[in-house]
Amino acid sequence: MEQVIQLEKVNKWFDDFHVLKDIDLTVTKGQKIVVCGPSGSGKSTMIRCINRLEAHQKGQIVVHGTELTNDLKNIDMIRKNVGMVFQQFNLFPHLSVIDNITLAPIWVKKLPKKEADNIAMTYLEKVKIPEQAQKYPGQLSGGQQQRVAIARSLAMNPDIMLFDEPTSALDPEMIKEVLDVMIQLAEEGMTMLVVTHEMGFAKTVADQMIFMDEGRIVEQASPDEFFNNPKSDRTKLFLSQILNH
Amino acid sequence: MEQNFIRKLIFDEKTRALLIQTLVIGIFAVLIYLVTKQTAYNLEKRGIGTGFEFLNIAAGYDISISLIPYDSNDTHLRAYFVGLLNTLMIAVCGCFLATIMGFLVGIIRLSSNWLFRNIAYVYVEFTRNVPVLLQIILYYTILLHLPKVKQSIIIFDSFYLSNRGLFSPAPIFKDGFSVVIGSLIVMIIFTFFLKKFLKKKQELTGKQYPIFLINSALIIFIPIIFYYLMGMPLEFDHPVMKGFNFKGGMVIRPEFLGMLFGLSIYTAAFISETVRSGIISVSKCQREAAQAIGLKANFIMRLIIIPQALRVIIPPLTSQYLNLTKNSSLGIAIGYADLVHGFGGISLNQTGKAIEIMLIVMSTYLTISLTISFFMNLYNKAVQFKGNI
Repeated sequence: MEQVIQLEKVNKWFDDFHVLKDIDLTVTKGQKIVVCGPSGSGKSTMIRCINRLEAHQKGQIVVHGTELTNDLKNIDMIRKNVGMVFQQFNLFPHLSVIDNITLAPIWVKKLPKKEADNIAMTYLEKVKIPEQAQKYPGQLSGGQQQRVAIARSLAMNPDIMLFDEPTSALDPEMIKEVLDVMIQLAEEGMTMLVVTHEMGFAKTVADQMIFMDEGRIVEQASPDEFFNNPKSDRTKLFLSQILNH
Repeated sequence: MEQNFIRKLIFDEKTRALLIQTLVIGIFAVLIYLVTKQTAYNLEKRGIGTGFEFLNIAAGYDISISLIPYDSNDTHLRAYFVGLLNTLMIAVCGCFLATIMGFLVGIIRLSSNWLFRNIAYVYVEFTRNVPVLLQIILYYTILLHLPKVKQSIIIFDSFYLSNRGLFSPAPIFKDGFSVVIGSLIVMIIFTFFLKKFLKKKQELTGKQYPIFLINSALIIFIPIIFYYLMGMPLEFDHPVMKGFNFKGGMVIRPEFLGMLFGLSIYTAAFISETVRSGIISVSKCQREAAQAIGLKANFIMRLIIIPQALRVIIPPLTSQYLNLTKNSSLGIAIGYADLVHGFGGISLNQTGKAIEIMLIVMSTYLTISLTISFFMNLYNKAVQFKGNI
């Protein structure tokens, strides 16, 4: 299988706080990896390092054969191919839904507006809210905003999608509509790295489960093994707390 | 029935609100009536007539700075317009300079360069914490202590800075210069359409053009080409030392410069804080989201940060423009011939028409301020978000 992301002995510090400790991770094309763990365990920081929203200080991160360094050209290239969805959606409130989506195709890919509009509408239909195209983010519900955010990422036609707790800020009823879109995306073969505590989603979609604690990858296993036969005590404790209520 | 009505008057939310408002308006109307009546009585008792006839009699005093022809035989009305124009001139120049300085300092204060950032910080804290009147007097005093006319500081062989102000060459427009001006106006209109055309073209083809660069080049170079084609139809009348003063040229007086420095340096400190808070108010997440979809730093600034920062910057910026305009009335302290100094001061003393003149001056400031507010509010509406964020 083609390797699309490799992390080797990645270390990161926020001042004195050692947030990532010797992270090793390989993602192959089409793989769906779900990352979970207690807050402060470094899950978000890890996936934010992959498109360089955070810079790591030691070790190596290679995406599509390009190593992430301070080289801005490489960073730009990698960001074009790696989509990211945030916990707080982070839509641009001064732009309409369709302008949010066409922004990058127009200014990064230099597409004609009409073509960009067509792409945007295709993805809005995919996330099932084409009728909201002319509205502004402030006029949408949380679930709708997150779906627009997914469409905005997809419009750049990335081959890797990073999800940073995409449903944590949503009401229970809206979680489903967002997860449905993500499941559909997974079925189409997108390479996905998802930080989430939605264990139902993980069981449906994941090829690999990763459990992180205190900046380390504590356990990495197939969902079947992870949920039924976890090896470390820390994982067992975490799972018992998250599943038993 | 009647009891019911009284009960409603006191306990029904809407009726009670109406009752209170009626009472307040009534009391206010009575007060106005009493004050007006008493004033009219007092004026009559002292034999002071009211009315605006005084506007048409000769003012009888000179004004040092005037944008329109004026001498002491002209009427008080003309003196009013001289003052009004001077007030507007200092307000416009001051706002312009303060905006440029304020935006620069505001951005520098967010710079990663320690030295620049802290110089800007010291500037802001020093200027905004010292009364503007003192600053105006400081700059004016410095200007007055410049060398005497005979020892003028000469800049570029044509500007002479002395304690009487800045003497500079006055432009003389000869035949054909109107063609240069014409080409400038045509270019400004042309670039407006060119910008629309290039934007349309980008929408169609996706290709991006350096619109600002192209347009700036057109606006600057085409008129210069016409200037040479028309045989350089612009000459300068250089100031020449004659006796104890300069003859010819034109002079920017120290009163104007003192006001300009004082007002703009003071207001720029406030504007810089406004700009800084505006940029900070755009959350870090917005920048991250823009980075994640691959936008480059300059596009992030132009398409994401600035449009959102403006929303926060505009309302307090309006207040600063209003402040600067009203603070220009401090010109009276250093003899800058603005509205308050001439019409509101000397005319008032000479005619004794305190009420009329104060009414005119106050409503003039009110009109200027409301006009600024009106246009700034229009602009503000254009940059606000839709929906609730």
